[in-house]
Amino acid sequence: MAIWLDENSKIIVQGMTGSEGTKHTRRMVASGANVVGGVTPGKAGQEVDGILVFNSVQDAMAATGANVTVVFVPPKFAKAAVIEAVDAQIPLAVVITEGIPVHDTAEFFQYSQNSGKTRIIGPNCPGIITPGVSNAGIIPSDITKSGRIGLVSKSGTLTYQMMYELRDFGFSTCVGIGGDPIIGTTHIDALQAFQDDPNTDAIVMIGEIGGDAEERAAAYIGKHITKPVVGYVAGFTAPEGKTMGHAGAIVSGSAGTAAAKQEALEAVGVKVGKTPSATAQLMREIMTKG
Amino acid sequence: MDLYEYQAKELFLKHDVPTTPGEVCTTPEAAEAIATRIGKPVVVKAQVKVGGRGKAGGVKLAEDPAEAKARATDILGLDIKGHTVHRVLVAQASDIAEEYYVSFMLDRANRCFLAMASVEGGVEIEEVAANNPDALAMIRVDALEGCTEAKAREIVAAAKFDAKIADQVVNVLMKLWEVLVKEDATLVEVNPLVLTPEGQILALDGKVTIDDNAAYRLESYEGMVDRAGTDPIELRAKEFDLNYVKLTGDVGIIGNGAGLVMSTLDVVAYAGEEFGGMKPANFLDIGGGASATVMANGLDIVLNDPEVQAVFVNVFGGITSCDAVANGVIQALELLEKQGTPATKPIVCRIDGNNAIEGRRILTDAKHPLIEIVDTMDDAARRVAELAAARKAGK
Repeated sequence: MAIWLDENSKIIVQGMTGSEGTKHTRRMVASGANVVGGVTPGKAGQEVDGILVFNSVQDAMAATGANVTVVFVPPKFAKAAVIEAVDAQIPLAVVITEGIPVHDTAEFFQYSQNSGKTRIIGPNCPGIITPGVSNAGIIPSDITKSGRIGLVSKSGTLTYQMMYELRDFGFSTCVGIGGDPIIGTTHIDALQAFQDDPNTDAIVMIGEIGGDAEERAAAYIGKHITKPVVGYVAGFTAPEGKTMGHAGAIVSGSAGTAAAKQEALEAVGVKVGKTPSATAQLMREIMTKG
Repeated sequence: MDLYEYQAKELFLKHDVPTTPGEVCTTPEAAEAIATRIGKPVVVKAQVKVGGRGKAGGVKLAEDPAEAKARATDILGLDIKGHTVHRVLVAQASDIAEEYYVSFMLDRANRCFLAMASVEGGVEIEEVAANNPDALAMIRVDALEGCTEAKAREIVAAAKFDAKIADQVVNVLMKLWEVLVKEDATLVEVNPLVLTPEGQILALDGKVTIDDNAAYRLESYEGMVDRAGTDPIELRAKEFDLNYVKLTGDVGIIGNGAGLVMSTLDVVAYAGEEFGGMKPANFLDIGGGASATVMANGLDIVLNDPEVQAVFVNVFGGITSCDAVANGVIQALELLEKQGTPATKPIVCRIDGNNAIEGRRILTDAKHPLIEIVDTMDDAARRVAELAAARKAGK
């Protein structure tokens, strides 16, 4: 059906009473997501468009049976918010917040690993959408329809671009994993989930400069992924030592270049497009051949 | 943000890492004065954010203040791998018995921290890793547990430090971990960590990278930002809170979302190959949910870059509404007109997504002679490269 987010997903929004939280709660609801509550400490009993606010994740889960939280809490308070969600053992925490210090992310990621109960997506990501079914985050729901392509991407707008390019085919699930140096869910996690999802036929993987996540994903694809994968890597022309918007998008020395990532992906049979449109075209050919 | 050596050493001092702090200065006379105050042989070190200073002649010993002045004269103004030396650090020279290497860094792949240590320091650590990997100990450090004394002893044992100095190195490692955590660093590196003939351990050089996301909670951050070394257009963009990076090229780029903008740079560079090597002049991400004002500020910055010949506005409206983007473009052009500095550079716009039809209508109705709308990203990149090349040739 989809990965990680489906018709059984009951979503709460941490930071729902903030301006971003309120705006995107409305967008999620409008796109058909089942948003069952919000969390803002000290504001229990308030409502946002008829959705009840709770003091804690634990209270919200107890009252609503929520199994997904979307975190819009500002960077200063994000670590505490995620740790609270992990303590409440919520299965999925989607952290949209941009600008969280990486030491905080390292700590709450380790905390979630120790607990073993919570998958974190993000931080600094657009979230996850299963078109026509559910939407946890800020991905616009009207770009594409339900279909059989899986999409995993570090970048938000490139996610949207690819959803748009392949809107006539549609997607099972699209996951924006975020561009920070430490992220809770990696390309590899999403690739394996799509591999196991009977309703995903092929996978688009979008990467960008910095780190070696794409190289590791390539090695993983070579060993474990049998569904067709097409790839795109942004940042071929990025100079060394300059951070390109995402905290993680920086080429340091010989590591993290787009060329190295492309080479690694092609070595395991992943077709890599030169531009987003060319990448979409590669997927189009795979989907048309059936 | 990468720090200069002298800034790294200031942090070392703050957290009781044994080091030779010295003083930083910008003139030979000041270097002489510092050497006089120290009253012992000194080392004069170029302050640039690039490795290989020693080989490039950027690190010199001086026996007395007059020699310190002479060495500072040699070093100031030196070009080291494209970095001009504006400052030197003058520090007391140390006798060295042995040189080691220690560091902590963020381990992106394993989503934790990594300690590295070697008793073969003083050379590029990449060389040790490549030629003698057994001499480089690499130990995982848990983000929640941190570098405890037990962890520090594990690192010291793995790197085979001599038992006589083990306690001192353990102490240094724990203090360096404190620097990493308290200063929100993603890298703290000491190379060389030295043993003096008197048996003392000292951090002789230091490299620290600070996480910019943590600037809000670091009292020392603002003071360490190097405004003089930053591109003036980047500084102006920062005042507008824009995510801008200056590059070398002719095509100004404005887009939304880091990934899409990076991709736009690539697509323009590919298209530019056909038109005499037109390249992107900058990275500018106006972000998600960008308003008309943000777009106007961005366009103002990019149009005012003298290197820019033509501008590519590439927006996919996810949260951003394309009508706001279009209004921003029009507003920026009107504003420039009012200021008596009307825009003269062609602007190619490709807008898709949220409210794109309205956005395109606004741009079309404006009938501005500089604005062209192109449907796809690839075609728009070709067109802007073509326009940039033509304008450059016409000059």
